[in-house]
Amino acid sequence: MSEFEAVIGIECHVELKTDAKMFCGCPNTFGGEPNTNVCPVCLGLPGALPVPNARAIEHMLRAGLAFDAEIPAFSKFDRKNYFYPDMPKDYQISQYDMPLTQGGAVRYWLADGTLKVCRLTRIHLEEDTGKSTHAGSSDGRIAGSTFSLIDFNRAGVPLMECVSEPELHGADEAVAYLEALRRTLLALGVSDVKMEEGSLRCDANISIRPRGSRELGTKTEIKNMNSFRSVHRAIESEIARQIALIERGERVTQETRGWDEARGVSVSMRSKEEAHDYRYFPDPDLTPLSVAPARVEELRAQMPERPWQQFERYTGEYGLSVTQATQLIDAPALAGYFDRVVAIAGNARAATNFVLGDLSRLANERSVAVAESAVAPEHLAELIALVEAKQINSKIAKELLERMWDGAGSPRAIVEREGLSQTSDPAAVAALVDGVLAAHPAVVAEYRAGKVNVAGFLVGNVMKASRGKADPALVQELVKQRLG
Amino acid sequence: MSDAAARSATAIAADVQAGRVSAREITEKALARVAAVEPRVGAYLTVLDAAARAAADRVDACIRAGERLPLAGVPLAIKDNMALAGSRTTAASKILADWVAPYTATAVARLLAAGAIPIGKANLDEFAMGSSCENSALGTTRNPYDLERVPGGSSGGSAAAVAAGEATIALGSDTGGSIREPAAFCNVVGFKPTYGRVSRYGLIAFASSLDQIGPLAHTVADAALVYDAIAGGDPMDATSLDRPVEPASARLRDDLRGCKIGIVRQFDTQTLGDDVDAVYRRAYRDLEALGAELVEVTLPTADYGLATYYLIAPAECSSNLARFDGVRYGLRVDADDVREMYARTRAAGFGPEVKRRILIGTYALSSGYYDAYYVRAQKARTLIARDFERAFQSCDLIAAPAASCPAFRFNAKSDPYSMYLMDYYTIPMSLAGLPALSVPCGWVTPDGSTRPMPLGLQLCGPLFSEPLLLGAAHAYESATGHARAHRPALDEAVDHV
Repeated sequence: MSEFEAVIGIECHVELKTDAKMFCGCPNTFGGEPNTNVCPVCLGLPGALPVPNARAIEHMLRAGLAFDAEIPAFSKFDRKNYFYPDMPKDYQISQYDMPLTQGGAVRYWLADGTLKVCRLTRIHLEEDTGKSTHAGSSDGRIAGSTFSLIDFNRAGVPLMECVSEPELHGADEAVAYLEALRRTLLALGVSDVKMEEGSLRCDANISIRPRGSRELGTKTEIKNMNSFRSVHRAIESEIARQIALIERGERVTQETRGWDEARGVSVSMRSKEEAHDYRYFPDPDLTPLSVAPARVEELRAQMPERPWQQFERYTGEYGLSVTQATQLIDAPALAGYFDRVVAIAGNARAATNFVLGDLSRLANERSVAVAESAVAPEHLAELIALVEAKQINSKIAKELLERMWDGAGSPRAIVEREGLSQTSDPAAVAALVDGVLAAHPAVVAEYRAGKVNVAGFLVGNVMKASRGKADPALVQELVKQRLG
Repeated sequence: MSDAAARSATAIAADVQAGRVSAREITEKALARVAAVEPRVGAYLTVLDAAARAAADRVDACIRAGERLPLAGVPLAIKDNMALAGSRTTAASKILADWVAPYTATAVARLLAAGAIPIGKANLDEFAMGSSCENSALGTTRNPYDLERVPGGSSGGSAAAVAAGEATIALGSDTGGSIREPAAFCNVVGFKPTYGRVSRYGLIAFASSLDQIGPLAHTVADAALVYDAIAGGDPMDATSLDRPVEPASARLRDDLRGCKIGIVRQFDTQTLGDDVDAVYRRAYRDLEALGAELVEVTLPTADYGLATYYLIAPAECSSNLARFDGVRYGLRVDADDVREMYARTRAAGFGPEVKRRILIGTYALSSGYYDAYYVRAQKARTLIARDFERAFQSCDLIAAPAASCPAFRFNAKSDPYSMYLMDYYTIPMSLAGLPALSVPCGWVTPDGSTRPMPLGLQLCGPLFSEPLLLGAAHAYESATGHARAHRPALDEAVDHV
């Protein structure tokens, strides 16, 4: 264990999933020919005015509730003033001291199943900017470029800014935090949360300190991470870089560093920026927002199960492994299917084995999602019940499952129609055993001469004679009894 | 009909509706009048000949098709800080000198839909910052009653266009008095509705929490007609009010019986000089003669109006005008990097008054000063609004001067503060968001001049009292007829209704 502890805070920008942009009627879609998805409002033309998107506000309230934030009765939009070419009005409509939600925390879990909490400094609603492309330089960077092109298609897209407290202590925790954030927002349907498309963007503030110290070290901000994997790599690399600096007797400089995924290193972008005075003030184009407590309660009542609650249910109540639980939580349709099966069958272990085992294998082979397959949850629950009651054995169950996948319907009906019920009557099985032993005297003689592993051959033949229906355990027992 | 544009909007619309004259004929006459007097008046930055004719032909087609248009064929001047699709929209600034608006302001669109004909885009103080129109970077507008004098501002072009018969009605915008003061200077009626009554969508923002569009016209009845057409909520403006609008045209009255009118103790007109004082004293007596009961009211915080306004308005403008950066539209002065391009563009594009206000506002919002300036100003604003609320517990309307003097000569107010003082009587109402208007109330002949110049009586009511306010102003106007006492100092006589 290193003598240093990393202290990490994550700042995320999440594009909200709405039909229209935050303050105008332009569609909120990804991509498109540059500057085709724009209007006077999102271009900041003289005289244009913003009108807030009620849906985005509702998304924020739901996200706030999901992170256990307070929802104040009043909120407002403020202007953050600074000049930037891809920001049409040269101010960003944002929320400063009265955001829609206050506080809150993200509950996440680690690979060993530990549930942890990271408090949120703030969540607020703002508008996205346009996107600059620098041309005329060899590497697409602004240095050396001769001109820049701006695409305003993204300008005005509703953006949730979510800043964590510096309470994460390593790359694993940081990524687990991000995964929990992502899962929660997906479960709420408020964002696509895709790092590749930029609907989730994050920066990490990283510092180190001697283990046990309460003071914060000098932090650096790492940008340009475009996947969870690159977040993990970038954080590990930065922690190592800072430790190496300290161990060489040097100091960490406060700066912004850009992560170069291809080279696996971060590069200094700019050192400690001159303190910006954003001159925040309430946006006079937008009236203060009031949120009715009744509306908050209504939204709270509609809150779906949150991923950490689902995790606790799966690993605690159902006894699933961390991997199994996570696998299901990350496949919401499959989890929904699984939950229905468990609700009917009441046997989580069997449901897990079928859903994550045979069914998922079939789904893979046939390229059809489990939840969309012909196997109704009710029928799978029936199959589990048949196995549990020892009416069929697992071999028959597997065969039935394949037939159900192909549309055979209720397994109970098949079992009854085709007389597939397991034979557990000792007298009937004993008769089959006697028949097989009589037919293979040489094998019986080998066994008795000490070659005990030939018993398997005899058991197999009994099973075959029963057309697979005999209770395998009973067959084993009777074969050994007769031979012994 | 000698001067189509000088007749009342009501009369023109009735004639066009009845087919007695076509909108196209009215429009041609208005354009001819513009051609005749515009070289001397300079009310317009852009004359919309083609757009006006096209609009007139559309109106005539609608009338033939049996449509009813309340402003059919009425010539309209549009202050050039309002967007009209396809027209140059400059805010009288070099930074927007060549900008063509791709969309139309809601208030403008509503007037065009009501049949009004856009004759031209009227001059103003740059970005509506000023009280004389002298801050226009793109042209000089002269007062039609004395071409040596300013038309007032910032809606000086709108007021002058109506006064000179170059339009029958005009749209102006009022932030601290920018409709009322030029209306007073140019012998026309100017009306600022309650904040939020008229959509600001398409109005190039100066100070968003104060800006309000309103009409300028020869008569209160015409102003009411325009107000009725433009008022009402707009889904494109989140600060517009979505409450029903009672048509003001239906509430015009001929007396003031039962109406209590407050005279503000703090607004002592004696300080304005004997002749101006006499006009206002006479005006108050005339109100009484019409049946109004005069009561004294106090606005103890009114004196803080100017200081409050000159923090809030510049603060908002410093942010509103940030977008004029040379990146997307308007003037760009190139440089080696983007920061330098911003600096050169804004240095070349903005005039001195605009720069002064951007600097004041940036300072007022800066960290460390925000609480001392912006937050305190907002608190003062609340106190001023409360003063009015209290005053309106003992009266229905308040009467006051619209400006502290008649129109002055060009370059007479060389220091900014004496110019700011012009709005002393109009700013408190703006800060409180109240509806207020200026109606001609008499004439004085300034020292060293032989030409009488008009004064305006300001009437102000509680929030949403537009019908009461316009109704009362109509009674005063009908009984006194001050506007008709003198004619503009242009060669041609203007035939007033």
